[in-house]
Amino acid sequence: MNPQILAATTGRILRQLRHDRRTIALMLLVPVVLLTLLYFMFDDQPQIFDRIALVMLGVFPFIIMFLVTSIAMLRERTTGTLERLLTTPLGKVDLLFGYGIAFGLAAAVQAAVASAVAYWLFGLDTQGSPALVMLIAVVNAVLGVALGLLCSAFARTEFQAVQFLPVVAFPQIMLCGLFVARDQMVGWLEAISDVLPLSYAVEALQEVGVHSDPTGTMWRDLAIVAGAVIVALVLAAATLRRRTA
Amino acid sequence: MDTAIEVRDLVIERGKRTVLHGFSCTIPRGSVTGLLGPSGSGKTTLMRAIVGVQIVKSGSITVFGEPAGSASLRRRMGYLTQAPSVYADLTVRENARYFAALHGLGAAEADQAVADVGLKQAAGQLVATLSGGQRSRASLACAIIGEPDLLVLDEPTVGQDPVLRDELWKRFQEMASNGATLLVSSHVMDEAARCERLLLIREGRLIADDTPAAVRASAGTDDLDEAFLRLIRAQEVAA
Repeated sequence: MNPQILAATTGRILRQLRHDRRTIALMLLVPVVLLTLLYFMFDDQPQIFDRIALVMLGVFPFIIMFLVTSIAMLRERTTGTLERLLTTPLGKVDLLFGYGIAFGLAAAVQAAVASAVAYWLFGLDTQGSPALVMLIAVVNAVLGVALGLLCSAFARTEFQAVQFLPVVAFPQIMLCGLFVARDQMVGWLEAISDVLPLSYAVEALQEVGVHSDPTGTMWRDLAIVAGAVIVALVLAAATLRRRTA
Repeated sequence: MDTAIEVRDLVIERGKRTVLHGFSCTIPRGSVTGLLGPSGSGKTTLMRAIVGVQIVKSGSITVFGEPAGSASLRRRMGYLTQAPSVYADLTVRENARYFAALHGLGAAEADQAVADVGLKQAAGQLVATLSGGQRSRASLACAIIGEPDLLVLDEPTVGQDPVLRDELWKRFQEMASNGATLLVSSHVMDEAARCERLLLIREGRLIADDTPAAVRASAGTDDLDEAFLRLIRAQEVAA
């Protein structure tokens, strides 16, 4: 890893994003619009809004960064920029971390806007601090980036890349404990849920919801998600070959 | 002759097809070598092997005394892919400055390269808004930043107007006289005359490796196009 190259790569990815105003607008506005829908859906049941909105604050960045990253990385592969990058002193880790940092920063802005709307406009109520919610949201976003980088290796076209969203994200969202509490699932479903990183992210958020101070469980969950990020990045690095057929 | 690149018995398969069949050649340092041949003859595959991104079945490639693809070589090399490989959602200048930064070079070198390919006026434009020819030049700019020791350029002048082509070739020759080694592919024979040495490749085999003058002499014609035709026919008769 080379700090100058990593910084240049992170800056380049952020510059690409900056030129794409519509994507920035979608990134910032879509979570707000969905939170608004949620607010009016549970107009007279604020406890349900609190429970779902809290989880959504962590799930949005995961989904959006997964999509954005898998398409961005696929473009690197299909337009030949990846091949060219691999003939330069750039290391694979510089590229992967560059994406992680750049989209992690974008996710931090997204989480700040969504949290601000949820807490101030819609009166979201959590025992713990909004800062912890944002921290978990950013770690989730980086998980989305890491899985997106990995999955892009298995897609040849953008059509294929977007279809990895239902494959990778939907089962995690269905089994994360939002719809059915994890301990009430059939044994084998709970076992699957136990190995999906988003389950831990959601548990961490729920901990923030009901405890005023950060709990040991929350930190453990966050560490598990961070571990999943590392595993996904290592696997993604393994799919980046300098030499191809 | 001081050798920059030495290719020995190179065999490359892509899919089920053998693209290069025991290909050998040497490329001299500080010169412009033209790699010519019809499309599908293996030019791009050979270039990919030299820059170290192609899986090689057997044989060896040595660049400046090191195996092709070595980490130390990546600092000394510029590679232009056939299809422009620049970021469409960045400006020409942003692209050049990014590739400069990867080589530890600054904005001045990047801006110089942009000027060298005649894109000074368009430096602030997004690559997506450029014409096809301009986009190729933006890609070329990113390869020549800081005059690397080795430049591998896959069809750098395709789609450029004659005046620009002439300027680009003068720039290539200038870089070679400063000590750089250039390997330039083309399928346009009038560009062959501008090279110091020519490699003619057909169906993955080397047909000629000589100076343009020697190629003309051995084929017995002043027209390079005709010379290549005669060499190909002579080889078919021999085979």
